[in-house]
Amino acid sequence: MAKRAEDLFTDMHLDILKEIGSMGTAYAATALSKMVDKKVTMPVPRVSWLDFHNVADFVGGPESIVVGILVSLSGNIQGMMMQIMSLEAAHNLVELVIGTPPPTKEEDKFSFGEMERSVVEEVGNIMISSYLTSISGLTNSQIKPSIPYMCVDMANAILSVPASEFGRMADKMLFIESQLSVENVETTGCFVMVPNLHSFYRIVRALGVE
Amino acid sequence: MPRNMIVVGMADLNVTKAPGVLTTLGLGSCIGIALYDARAKVAGLAHIMLPDSTAIQNNTNRAKFADTAVIALVAEMEKLGAKKINMKAKIAGGAQMFAFNATNENLRVGDRNVDATKIALAKMGIPLMASETGASFGRTVELYSEDGKFLIKAIGQGIRTL
Repeated sequence: MAKRAEDLFTDMHLDILKEIGSMGTAYAATALSKMVDKKVTMPVPRVSWLDFHNVADFVGGPESIVVGILVSLSGNIQGMMMQIMSLEAAHNLVELVIGTPPPTKEEDKFSFGEMERSVVEEVGNIMISSYLTSISGLTNSQIKPSIPYMCVDMANAILSVPASEFGRMADKMLFIESQLSVENVETTGCFVMVPNLHSFYRIVRALGVE
Repeated sequence: MPRNMIVVGMADLNVTKAPGVLTTLGLGSCIGIALYDARAKVAGLAHIMLPDSTAIQNNTNRAKFADTAVIALVAEMEKLGAKKINMKAKIAGGAQMFAFNATNENLRVGDRNVDATKIALAKMGIPLMASETGASFGRTVELYSEDGKFLIKAIGQGIRTL
């Protein structure tokens, strides 16, 4: 009988993942700080397993509209990695990087112009790559990320993509929540790491579990 | 949200009698499978994530897969007095949320969910009356056990009734 993925991780492993997340966020903070030429601060990330039923509670509920940035992974570790941020955070990032103020009308907040879109994708890409650098170092694996893909929609609909990948091996999903604040502007993002089953065992083994 | 509205979570299913209403929020690549027996006025809704339980070791949650969810849903509806022969199906979801050029078949899970759901319904002999699947946007659905009405909502679009 195969163990379920969530049973393989103990509190200690979650702590290690938190540490990976912390290192990843630090890389990302440095990169973002250089891009916007401002001071970026970050608290310690939170790492948790969430049930599929309430997976979207983390990001404001199943129907809250969020921005998802997805990168697919190949190499020694295969699967996908996703960053989720609120619409506000995404528009704040755009303003910080290229100076375009957030839309004033509520209904305009759902759409991003080509330039705005590419800013959000690129920042997401940098943050995701920072995490991957940490994981790649820790597990001594080569990870090749794809270009970033962005989607603006209901949280559940976006999360269904990593959830169905996770659903192959577990009934829960691993979340890393990390926050970055640029001076007074909070940009909350969380990350979903979805290695495929084979790669998952590789990570678990690298963390010292059989 | 009305008081008699029952929310069905991701990888879950539920059934109700009139005047109950079932809903599931933000279907992406997942499928909302709605079954309805108009005689008994019994409705059932499943929110499936994956096409095939037999392809996977960890398959104890029947509501997670198209093949097992349809069987489980029929059984639960029969407990409320519904008959399989009177059941009709409507489905929504199976979107491709991200614009990958789908070389990795796992990223095309939406399409595969649609196909597997149609096969699972056919195996049970339940006719598929209407569907809205595919495209690249999320959908919230509501199933009314009073008349079998199936509402689909998406961001920035009008409400559709199937």
